[in-house]
Amino acid sequence: MPVLARWIEAAGIPTVTVTMMPSVAEERLAPRIVGVEFPFGHAFGMPHDGPMQRRTLELALRVLAGASRTGTRVDLDLEWPVPVREAYRAWQPKEPSPIVRKMLESRKGS
Amino acid sequence: MVVDSFRYLPRTFRPLYEGRGPFPGEEESVWTPFEKRLAQSRIALLTSAGMYLKSSQAPFDLEREQTNPEWGDPSWRAIPVASTAGEIGVAHLHINDEDLLADPEIALPMNLLGELAVEGVIGGTVAEHLSVMGFQDRSLRDWHDRTAPELVAHLRREAADGLILAPA
Repeated sequence: MPVLARWIEAAGIPTVTVTMMPSVAEERLAPRIVGVEFPFGHAFGMPHDGPMQRRTLELALRVLAGASRTGTRVDLDLEWPVPVREAYRAWQPKEPSPIVRKMLESRKGS
Repeated sequence: MVVDSFRYLPRTFRPLYEGRGPFPGEEESVWTPFEKRLAQSRIALLTSAGMYLKSSQAPFDLEREQTNPEWGDPSWRAIPVASTAGEIGVAHLHINDEDLLADPEIALPMNLLGELAVEGVIGGTVAEHLSVMGFQDRSLRDWHDRTAPELVAHLRREAADGLILAPA
């Protein structure tokens, strides 16, 4: 996704990437980054939590419009309101994805 | 507060993401200045949660991914701003879709962005936001050759002044 942001930015449209892996977006040289310590699938916050989603979106807009140089990263200072173990389990799919299944099978076979 | 980028990532996946540096061929910095005021700007959203409109669009192709686990559907969907939670489906095998289906705003905050436009924080929104499915072939060739140019063309047609991308 940081690479997609780069291609769109290079075509002349400013971008900001809101991501739970901001250090990876930095390594991939995304132009503007907002880091969120939220579980995957929840870039803007908890379901039905308007104020939380708004804080994330407003920060994204501020960084989009106000960053002065490429590589700007600002992290959102908000804690996920669910215990980490529970949230870690909750974001994952009920069935392992095909690539994960393949990795597990190859590990078993080796 | 500095975000821990690997808080929710299974430990075995961490080496796939950490310390890998720039994507091959993408070592130079890129930058397009944001020159307008936000209050005069039209903003677009892009999610990689694999959202699509159940009644009028094909889901992202998960059957092919099941038989070819390294492949991910590189196509994209346009999501009109008035789409409701009940109209939006999610086709993504790498995340639990329950919260996304219950409240798509957690990945594609179209209503919230519309409220900010009404309040005058931004000038407006595009008529159709963007959706892709984030699990892709490592080379990203289809995204580079076809999807990204199509997304750019859509954003230009919509006269978007800026894009907020949110990986799932």
